[in-house]
Amino acid sequence: MGVDLKSQIDTALIALFVKSTKNVLSTMIGVEAKVRKPDLRNDLQPTHDVSGIVGFTGEMTGSVIISFHEETARSLVKSFTMEDYDLKSDDFADAVGEICNMIAGNAKKDFGIDAGISIPNVVIGRDHYVTRLRDVPCVVIPCVTEYGEFSVEVNIKKVSPVAV
Amino acid sequence: MKILLVDDSKTMRNIWKKVVLGIEGTEAVEAGDGVEGLEAIKEHGPFDLMLVDWNMPNMTGLEMITKVRETDKDTPIIMVTTEAEKPRIIEAIKAGVNNYVIKPFTPDALMEKIDETMKKVNAG
Repeated sequence: MGVDLKSQIDTALIALFVKSTKNVLSTMIGVEAKVRKPDLRNDLQPTHDVSGIVGFTGEMTGSVIISFHEETARSLVKSFTMEDYDLKSDDFADAVGEICNMIAGNAKKDFGIDAGISIPNVVIGRDHYVTRLRDVPCVVIPCVTEYGEFSVEVNIKKVSPVAV
Repeated sequence: MKILLVDDSKTMRNIWKKVVLGIEGTEAVEAGDGVEGLEAIKEHGPFDLMLVDWNMPNMTGLEMITKVRETDKDTPIIMVTTEAEKPRIIEAIKAGVNNYVIKPFTPDALMEKIDETMKKVNAG
């Protein structure tokens, strides 16, 4: 019998990512993000084609993926940077990465534990896969803005501090 | 005023640059990590102000600031970062930052912190 991952969903933790996502988009881009009902993801494929991935370290392990529909990412980046970057350019990936960095970092500040975040990685292209922790749920928070859809995919768990 | 901008994200440096270049007579020099930041100080310094991110490859902002403060106690430094937990802020202040801006921020909020920092420094 498999582990009941749904019962392991930390709703308070998910709420921090919802708050952070709304805060980052409204403050830095001037866009309102509306959030739909979160759901679980069982496969390894992010929802959309442009994924920013931020890993967690310290007392939190795992990662969060902000997965953007291509056109959503293009429009958000244009509004964020005032530049119309090519999707394959380093500048486009940098801007997507910075949005993801702020969403992860802004959520982390309210964890109440000693956690760190990695420098973001950005993957662009259809049908990519991202490995994740199997023993905790991957909670997908669907979001919609005036520029289109994206999702925040949270797959993290708390770990005990290592005694020194 | 000559300002050093240190962040591994070019996007973020461009946002800072738009804010600081709004100050009349300002010149901005950019660096992509702590190592480049120290090199920029050698090559283009002294600066009137430094804006420094925390999480960067090669050398973090905190490591860079610690190095800077070994020889320069005076140049005002503002850390601009997602690291918003109290222990982190205390760590940065101990390392020698003069002010702290948490990402995300509005251009007005960054400008206010720059003004506040320069006023404090100029008041001695």
